[in-house]
Amino acid sequence: MSNLFDLLVAGLATGAIYALVAVGFTLLWQTSQTINFAQGEFVMLPAFLMLAAMHAGAPFWLAIILGILLSMILLGLAFKMLLVDPMMRHGVLPLAIATMALAIGIKEAVKQFFSAEASPFPSIVPTGDVSILGHAVSLQSIGVLVVAILAVFGLTTLLNRTSLGHQMQAAAQNPTVARIIGVPVERMILLTFLINAFLVALASLLITPIYLAKFSSGEVLGQAAFIAAIVGGFNQVRGAIAGGLLIGVLDNLAAAYVSTQYRAAVPMIFLIAVILFRPQGLLGRAEERTV
Amino acid sequence: MSGFARPLKIALGLIVVAGLIVIPMNFNRYGLFILSQWAVMTIAAMGLNLTLGYAGQVSLAQGAFVGIGAYASAIMTTHGWPLPAAIAAAIVLAFAVGWVLGYPALRVQHHYLAFVTLAFSTLAFLVFRNESWLTGGIYGISNIPRPHILGIATNKPLPFYYICLGSLAIVSLAVWWLIRSPWGRAFMALRENPLRAQSLGIDTRRYTLMAFAIGSALGGVAGALYAPLTQYIDPVPFNLSLSLDLLMMVIVGGAGFYFGPFLGAMIAVLLPEWLRFTEGYYLMLYAIAVMGLLIWSPTGILGILDRYMAARRTKAASALRAVAKSRLETAQ
Repeated sequence: MSNLFDLLVAGLATGAIYALVAVGFTLLWQTSQTINFAQGEFVMLPAFLMLAAMHAGAPFWLAIILGILLSMILLGLAFKMLLVDPMMRHGVLPLAIATMALAIGIKEAVKQFFSAEASPFPSIVPTGDVSILGHAVSLQSIGVLVVAILAVFGLTTLLNRTSLGHQMQAAAQNPTVARIIGVPVERMILLTFLINAFLVALASLLITPIYLAKFSSGEVLGQAAFIAAIVGGFNQVRGAIAGGLLIGVLDNLAAAYVSTQYRAAVPMIFLIAVILFRPQGLLGRAEERTV
Repeated sequence: MSGFARPLKIALGLIVVAGLIVIPMNFNRYGLFILSQWAVMTIAAMGLNLTLGYAGQVSLAQGAFVGIGAYASAIMTTHGWPLPAAIAAAIVLAFAVGWVLGYPALRVQHHYLAFVTLAFSTLAFLVFRNESWLTGGIYGISNIPRPHILGIATNKPLPFYYICLGSLAIVSLAVWWLIRSPWGRAFMALRENPLRAQSLGIDTRRYTLMAFAIGSALGGVAGALYAPLTQYIDPVPFNLSLSLDLLMMVIVGGAGFYFGPFLGAMIAVLLPEWLRFTEGYYLMLYAIAVMGLLIWSPTGILGILDRYMAARRTKAASALRAVAKSRLETAQ
């Protein structure tokens, strides 16, 4: 039983990170029909920005702030203005392909300008274990969970409790009507891109100490977040959170109880089943959009 | 006007084909390998173009079908079967699996379909990697023989390049015929307006499955040629990124245009090679080129040409109209 408990905690911790990435993914989809195939690379890049800042002599806390700011400029503002805006009106597919190319570009740029080797990354949480209910739980898992929960809580509060959040939701659900009642739709879309950039930078900060900083680490992560978003419900923030946690736990349990060789198959089979029997996702609404 | 354009087009086509036959004769080994790879990838991309460009069904699994074809061909030819038999088996196998994969397309569309096929792609990769009794696992299958055609050994790069080119020609003609047949029209009807297609009596269910199965079968053909081309296969080339690359080829070339896959494969296979002089930067430049192209023309390279031709045709038509109008006025 103690094994199961450990697996659950570890699964929830990775799942919480998946959830952060998946939430950003669904936000982009909702406001601009962007399927961002570079989302995994978006998580990989901020860690390298932070590492670069530290190499330039900045202390860790300053590097974190610089890394998050730079991510918001590059992965939020520049991504939207240079790639998404010119392509948005041409439909989902060309833009999705362009983000695939962007993923290649980011990977290669990191490989070329930084390193092809994995680099260690400092953790914001001290290493060590604490005892909970007689089980040793690593502080890192707890730290990841706490930060992720706070971020998600902050985001849902913003979306559901503030005027700004309501405007964002209106802009996502019905841009035309939102524009008529005076919501600055363009600014709201930009805001979701900035929030996505912030979330991926945060995810990067949480996951890189565990898996090291490597140019190729975005591939697996992007796919996991992708699956989490669909399983939970492509058009629901809370769906993405549930999906992320579920995939994280499922992945860890599959590794232990199914087989290490086929652990990656379990979320995939789950994904196919969800799409076939409940295409709107576990928590999602049936989609009314026709695109 | 079109009567004048037609011989011109045929002449241009003949020049390109002659060029593809004659020019590579003094290419080195590597150049021939890259060109053969272009031919093979074009076949796979043509299959995807049929599924996506003509029938409008998004698939992120074409790479998996190339893998299925490659493994079928590698396993059979290393056990002494001739390559044509292996190609036939690859076609049948990929067609059958493609047919089954088409079933989700009857239920879900667009991005959901993309995700189902994406998941399938990952599952296929896991099978290639883990079922080592069949596929050799991570060690793969080596010493894949190249065929003897009409008593001529194709171990040298040039004869095998001609096999790839010949296969491409056969596939091209078959696809050309298919998209002009009632089937091709039914595929396009499926893409443009499935509801209306159904009300016109087109069995949309059957044609959706067909679009998947035929597109996948062409992926199988490409794979069956890929195995003897590289003479060694392991699971890595058939992971998700091959499916994404093939999708990129189709979109960049121009989805739904007959010549789209040829150009798309050229860009995806040859452009990185031409950019190699930039050393570590070549894939970065390639990515930037693809993004730039898509921003400029989301319908791909042939989309640019198409728009230009359409603009010229409207211009010509309005010029004719103006002439006719002035004639009418002078007559009055």
